[in-house]
Amino acid sequence: MAALRAGKTNNEADQPSSPVLRFGPDKPLKLDAGTLLSPFQVAYQTYGTLNDARSNAILVCHALTGDQHVGSTNPVTGKPGWWEVLIGPGKIIDTNRFFVICSNVIGGCLGSTGPASTNPATGKPYGLDLPIITIRDMVRAQQMLIDHFGIEKLFCVLGGSMGGMQVLEWASSYPERVFSALPIATGARHSSQNIAFHEVGRQAVMADPDWHGGKYFEHGKRPEKGLAVARMAAHITYLSEAALHRKFGRNLQDREALTFGFDADFQIESYLRHQGMTFVDRFDANSYLYMTRSMDYFDLAADHGGRLADAFAGTKTRFCLVSFTSDWLFPTEESRSIVHALNAAGASVSFVEIETDRGHDAFLLDEPELFAAINGFIGSAARARGLAS
Amino acid sequence: MNVTRNQRVDLEVVANLIPPQSRVLDVGSGDGSLLELLQDTKQVDGRGLELSQRGVNECVARGLSVIQGDADKDLEFYPDKGFDFVVLSQTLQATRNPKLVLKELLRIGNRAIVSFPNFGHWRVRMSLFLNGRMPVTTDLPYSWYDTPNIHFCTIRDFVNLCDELGATVEKATALDANGQKIGLSMPWWFWNFFGQQAVFLLKR
Repeated sequence: MAALRAGKTNNEADQPSSPVLRFGPDKPLKLDAGTLLSPFQVAYQTYGTLNDARSNAILVCHALTGDQHVGSTNPVTGKPGWWEVLIGPGKIIDTNRFFVICSNVIGGCLGSTGPASTNPATGKPYGLDLPIITIRDMVRAQQMLIDHFGIEKLFCVLGGSMGGMQVLEWASSYPERVFSALPIATGARHSSQNIAFHEVGRQAVMADPDWHGGKYFEHGKRPEKGLAVARMAAHITYLSEAALHRKFGRNLQDREALTFGFDADFQIESYLRHQGMTFVDRFDANSYLYMTRSMDYFDLAADHGGRLADAFAGTKTRFCLVSFTSDWLFPTEESRSIVHALNAAGASVSFVEIETDRGHDAFLLDEPELFAAINGFIGSAARARGLAS
Repeated sequence: MNVTRNQRVDLEVVANLIPPQSRVLDVGSGDGSLLELLQDTKQVDGRGLELSQRGVNECVARGLSVIQGDADKDLEFYPDKGFDFVVLSQTLQATRNPKLVLKELLRIGNRAIVSFPNFGHWRVRMSLFLNGRMPVTTDLPYSWYDTPNIHFCTIRDFVNLCDELGATVEKATALDANGQKIGLSMPWWFWNFFGQQAVFLLKR
């Protein structure tokens, strides 16, 4: 919270509290937009130890508003890492055994180059001067980070939602560098409905007068209201009707009766407002525009002549896909079409659909069946990779 | 989807037909017993397709490569000759279109192995003949109204279907009620009468 509140700019963006790898003019990042990003930096976290054979590395890809702090306290919010239920010493992804890497994506706002980072050409934050970033650009930057560690082949790449898109891109672009891939609650393309929700969010941000065409830092402002509304709308899509009703029903918030006004009478309203408000404390509005855009542009089949199976032709990677019954953002059918493409490509693939009413966000939660699937998949992949248990 | 979960005497017979290190697709892989047996004893590269979510989740948690899917719908997504063996054990009678499924098996695998309960077994015939009731046996434990098995056949019916599809029967085994193989020298009618289960090795 302090990071964003402290000054006009976002300090974590330029000087992250996590390790950061800086690439100079000799190593530009080639962007799908057709330009080069240089210099640029990648902020990351690691957990555990890389073995001598460099064969025990797991890359975790974060989702839309995630960050590199997957297994340790978040410096901005002070909350536990976003996947600490899964990753840590003695946990399903055991950091006593594996070397876990997670980097902030390019376009993000927690230390990898993004719209809140200082543009060396102007000395001001990039804002909308940053070219559009794609999922493939993010993966390209991650690949340069992996090179830095001298890792030839990742043991596993995993992630949910936008992280799952990166996993698919990794497996497609660098099949020889991915031993196993675990994309969760994701799709090989963003659906029309999902693009629509993202557009609502972006319009909410841009409609906020404090947005100033993306140059809000220069005006000493932040489009907090717009970003909060964007988050509120998006948050609904991460849950399910059943879960919302189970949790909130039509319960009233700290009152006995309706007020006949526009206060947050209902608990669900109060909950959403809270979600919106806490989000703006930790996330940059322009970065939100870039992140949502990257997902909208993602269409793995289109990158391969319209045939998804061709994205995985000849792959030796072991795949496990996971979907959730109540996820309406990335419904099971999205995963199933990837499974069919992988089947057609002759790939080794597992696919589980997990029964839950917790919607898209289920991948971030303590879901025993999800953990059992990840455990089984990682375990057998580790045996196949010759990693001692 | 399996007829019974406990009495799978056919598994060993199926496993014996598969040489080590083969690429195997098990259609209707259930809880993964066959795949696990094949991985442990034959080091096969095994994949599974299973209808029930519970079966799939069990398999994946055990480290097997299994996907949730339907033999009637999802076989079309597999490439021609993608596997050395495609196994359909105790599942044929539960498919909507056994003929199409069998055709797909022969397309996807260099060999297909099919095992099924024989509806021509004497107990089945007796049950219908003497009691006038749909047979419920240890091998076929369901009542007519709740059975997943909608397309029963006898050994002879199956042989006819293979002929119709132009499939070559490379090997056939019938198992009696005790899971013992019935002598190869016995004629088809004898198998059809005393065989409780049958295992066929087919080639297109």
